[in-house]
Amino acid sequence: MTDIYKSLVEIIGEEHVSNQKEERYFYGRDPGLTPPHEPDYVVMPETSEEVQQIVKLANREKIPIVPKGGGLALTGLVIPQKGGIVIDMKRMAKILEVNETSRYVIVEGGVTHGMLQNYLKKHHPKLRHSIPDSPAIATVVGNAVIHGQGRLTQQYGFNSDMVSGLEVVLPTGEICRIGSHSISSQDWFSKGAPWPDLSGLFLGWFGTTGIITKLGLRLYPCKKIRDVMVFLTDKIELVPDIILKLTHTEMTEDIVVNEQPLPPRFKGNIYILIIITGDSDEELDFKRKIIWDALWDLFESRDGGFLSVPADMKPPLLEMPSRDVVRFADVRKGGGFEYSGPIIPLEKYPEFIAKQKELVSKYNLSYAATSRVIAGGHCMMYAFAFTFNRADPDEMDRIRKALREAAQFTVAQGGMMWKPTIEEQEMIMEKMDPNTLKIMKKIKALLDPNGIMNPGNWEAQ
Amino acid sequence: MLELNFDPAKCAVCETQDCLVKCQYLHLDKNKARTEMQKIIDGEDSFVLRDCVTCYACEEYCKMGNHPFYLIVERQEEKGILPAPRPIATMWVNQTGPRGRFTVGKVQERALSFCFIPQFLFMVTGKLFDGIASSYIYGEEFFCNAVFLHYAKMSVIKDRLPKVIENIKNLGIKELICLHDECYGTFNSLAPAYGMEVPFKTTHYFEYLYNRLKELKDEIKPLNVKVAYQRPCSNRLSPQTQHFVDDIFNLIGVHRVKREYVGENALCCAEVIRMGQGYKIADDVQKRNLDDMVNAGAEYCVFNCPFCQLNIGEKVAKRGIKPIHIIDLCKMAIGEKLASEV
Amino acid sequence: MTDYTKQIHRCFRCGYCKFPSDYSDFNCPSYARFRFDTYSTSGRLWLIYAWLKGEIEWSEHLAEILYSCTACKNCVEQCPMKFSSDIVDWIVAARSDMMEKEKGRIPPAVTSFLEDVYRLGNPLKERGKRDAWADGIKRYQPGDEYLFYVGCLGSYDEYGQRMARSVARLLGEAGISFGILGNEENCCGNEVYLLGENELFGMLVEKNVQKFKELGVKKIVTLSPHAYNAIKNNYPPVSNAYFEVYHYTQLLRGLLRENKIKPSQYKAKVTYHDPCFLGRYNQIYDEPREILQSIPGIELVEMERSRENSFCCGGGSGNFVTDLLGGSKESPSRIRVREAYETGANILAVACPSCMTMLQDAVKVEELEDKLAVKDISQIAAESL
Repeated sequence: MTDIYKSLVEIIGEEHVSNQKEERYFYGRDPGLTPPHEPDYVVMPETSEEVQQIVKLANREKIPIVPKGGGLALTGLVIPQKGGIVIDMKRMAKILEVNETSRYVIVEGGVTHGMLQNYLKKHHPKLRHSIPDSPAIATVVGNAVIHGQGRLTQQYGFNSDMVSGLEVVLPTGEICRIGSHSISSQDWFSKGAPWPDLSGLFLGWFGTTGIITKLGLRLYPCKKIRDVMVFLTDKIELVPDIILKLTHTEMTEDIVVNEQPLPPRFKGNIYILIIITGDSDEELDFKRKIIWDALWDLFESRDGGFLSVPADMKPPLLEMPSRDVVRFADVRKGGGFEYSGPIIPLEKYPEFIAKQKELVSKYNLSYAATSRVIAGGHCMMYAFAFTFNRADPDEMDRIRKALREAAQFTVAQGGMMWKPTIEEQEMIMEKMDPNTLKIMKKIKALLDPNGIMNPGNWEAQ
Repeated sequence: MLELNFDPAKCAVCETQDCLVKCQYLHLDKNKARTEMQKIIDGEDSFVLRDCVTCYACEEYCKMGNHPFYLIVERQEEKGILPAPRPIATMWVNQTGPRGRFTVGKVQERALSFCFIPQFLFMVTGKLFDGIASSYIYGEEFFCNAVFLHYAKMSVIKDRLPKVIENIKNLGIKELICLHDECYGTFNSLAPAYGMEVPFKTTHYFEYLYNRLKELKDEIKPLNVKVAYQRPCSNRLSPQTQHFVDDIFNLIGVHRVKREYVGENALCCAEVIRMGQGYKIADDVQKRNLDDMVNAGAEYCVFNCPFCQLNIGEKVAKRGIKPIHIIDLCKMAIGEKLASEV
Repeated sequence: MTDYTKQIHRCFRCGYCKFPSDYSDFNCPSYARFRFDTYSTSGRLWLIYAWLKGEIEWSEHLAEILYSCTACKNCVEQCPMKFSSDIVDWIVAARSDMMEKEKGRIPPAVTSFLEDVYRLGNPLKERGKRDAWADGIKRYQPGDEYLFYVGCLGSYDEYGQRMARSVARLLGEAGISFGILGNEENCCGNEVYLLGENELFGMLVEKNVQKFKELGVKKIVTLSPHAYNAIKNNYPPVSNAYFEVYHYTQLLRGLLRENKIKPSQYKAKVTYHDPCFLGRYNQIYDEPREILQSIPGIELVEMERSRENSFCCGGGSGNFVTDLLGGSKESPSRIRVREAYETGANILAVACPSCMTMLQDAVKVEELEDKLAVKDISQIAAESL
């Protein structure tokens, strides 16, 4: 019988392997509502080769593996449902290369969004990446793997759309290069097109088909100035049209739509945050005018208007990542926050807000409704976000019920649940076209014949 | 039921119709002004009700003390005319609603009012406020509510202001030093216009600063700088306080540059105008205002209202003029650190 | 102390506590050393909560995790939540509880630290006279303006003693009336407090305050920011006695401004390491810099992580003795020394004897002895006279 602990120590050294209760406790949980499941081991490799050896060992011994970045999806995706080995990727923290001409960066599997942002500001100030609002410790790979969204998503799509290549350790232990660099070891400018896009075998699969050890990410022009405009309306039904008008201008960076009852200044209104960027005041002035003109009809009818944001209120709105997002977890003085963030077409926004208010009233909850526009308005992410007190089991239970109902509603509306919990994955697979589901099953079986990769996830019955 | 002390007879005998003739935005001659004013008095429709930018200036222009602007606001509300987008008004109503909790320091009979402006919590330090800094009131329960003049919500003012006055009175305050110019205007112009009794003395903070600086005369080192003064809309409600600006400047060795837009002809910061009328008018007003400061050779732009400073301070700085609040200017004159430097 | 048991569940484990403001690197010393999430503040808070609920039992590993926190307050600085200012207090309060409930099961190095303070009056296992370093330095007499409080490292550690001598020399040069307590000085108790040994801390406070009062002490100037912090912030709630307490850099800055000390040319490229107990604990960032900048010939360069983002040397919470973060190239002191070296400076300036000892050792291990000298600000100032 193999001494797994010893084998792991031989691969990465004693300092970076733990089978202690404390690590197992912490890594068996996330800040959301998913019940805990503890791993048997937590390991922190530093190289792709170390990852490869761990995967081979796991395959031989049939031990589950769960790769983990920041663990901030909040939907339990890195909680090891069947124990095994949690691989904390954050020691693989090198930023390997920035190609300024083709505008991409290559990062290792554990590079955090915070460090990437800092690195670019310092060394490549004309380039930026699409940073999400999850805390800075969230990893670039983790965020891509769950199809996260960030500040550039309105312009360029999901953060996973911005991937430009992968290095993956397959569940059977091979290391694969995906994308343009599969033939040229240097160029990471495309994740697949114009060939069969194999990145789709890994992005969105929550680690069930392999471990991404390196990732190429597109970078975008970083303008010198960022500013924010805030448009208010009290008519929910106008929101899709407002977004259409704004996105038509092609003048905006991020567009985020917020609705929440507290603090009092938010009550009764929808706040639309519009970020604009430019290299000069003239450029920004021009963009502001175009955006004003786009919404002039609503302004004239008094149904909506631009709030003059005083200078001291701009920094929190412009901050990247936005720390206000995590403060939501303390509204109930209890450190808890989970949300269901379905991807929906714009025109469904009013129905989703209505559903949220219904759930809030039914279950007596504190909430915020945040939505981010994706890819010029082809869809948006709507967040049924609830905050809870971790010391109040009854409140946690009510939110679980509310989120379940929200998920059922989403499915009924044809929305796509984002970073779905295991329960939500089951709802999705139940409704999915059976032939489509068959492909997913086939892919999983092919790539992970022993079923060791993050088991419990995307397991079609 | 609070009613406006407005006397139509005064308008009837008014020879100048200054309220609308001097208006910096509507450009009416005397006859047109008389006609439109009569419509307003009679409760009929007038384009003035729609096009008013709510700069408050006609309150100052009216030599009869007949409150033309408050009447305009009443009529706007009666007719459902919105001088600004409805959701912005909603935001203000919700944001400033009383919450049943008082934020106060060690309140004495003589107290400072910070209104609803958090900047004062940091600005009120040093010798200028020796002995009084901790005697303050702040927050929704003490908010003057005058902002609703911009949103045609005189009803909100009439509902809340009496309670605010009551709150202040119940703290035993005999003299309230208003750090926000608009509070002073509220207690000395708006409240009396509606017959609301103000059972405590109010002192404009200009007057307080001036007297305090005289006490600290020996510590003043003349600043020898050239400044432009940014007069806020609210000061139109208390034009009798304007002389203190010059009094203070003279005391601290500050030279006020010669400007076109000064006194009765001053231009407001225009951000309320932006929210209500749009960017074209606001940009034009701000350009003229700032060009005027630059052309007059100002090194500093001295603010009275912290909101004005937040709204256009950056724009002022971009034109090479240093924005500074008058309290900070006085601190500089006695060699103290500014709020921003601490 | 705050009732941490009712608050500690509020941690969202968002991880901001691991970083400085600009996310340039990991800024939590224990997290940088060990890299398991458990060794960051959020890890500790979640584990303490688990221990309170009985979901995990006390263990050596848990003890190690809890005591490896240097209490540097980077987490306090970075946590976005309303309760951020309490976080380190919660950890200290939990340690206090653990001392009581798990007596005998805290890390041996910590037990030894506390026992040595109790029995010997210092954690360094020194049995010799506390004032053996202080030849020719006046003992405090009633009427002297300042009590110069030297502390354990200043009294016994080789580098600390050099620092103590240069501070004494500078005070003397400037004609300041001061004296030391010599053998009558006791440990300030800062680390004892942070390790959660309340009873011992109370004893030390009582002893020290009694001595201060006996001698009519009104003003105290400390060598170490640890003592400065303890006497200024932690003594009053226990003792109700108030003293005007300064760190020597505060006085030295004044002496330079008043020309009571006249430094001459001192050519060096210097980078300054903000000690946690001066910087994040007490917001003293400018005085040490002003001192360095007023010495002609010194070029001051900043490390990337400076002021409120300074990366802790790893010595706090008794770790300059217990060394729970040592033994790796990722030990905080070694990381910091490499960072200092990257600035191109030839002197790494410190203002704390704990930082001094940690960083001196790290320079040796990093084999940078010829390239980077670690000097206290008082030594630089004294050498420039």
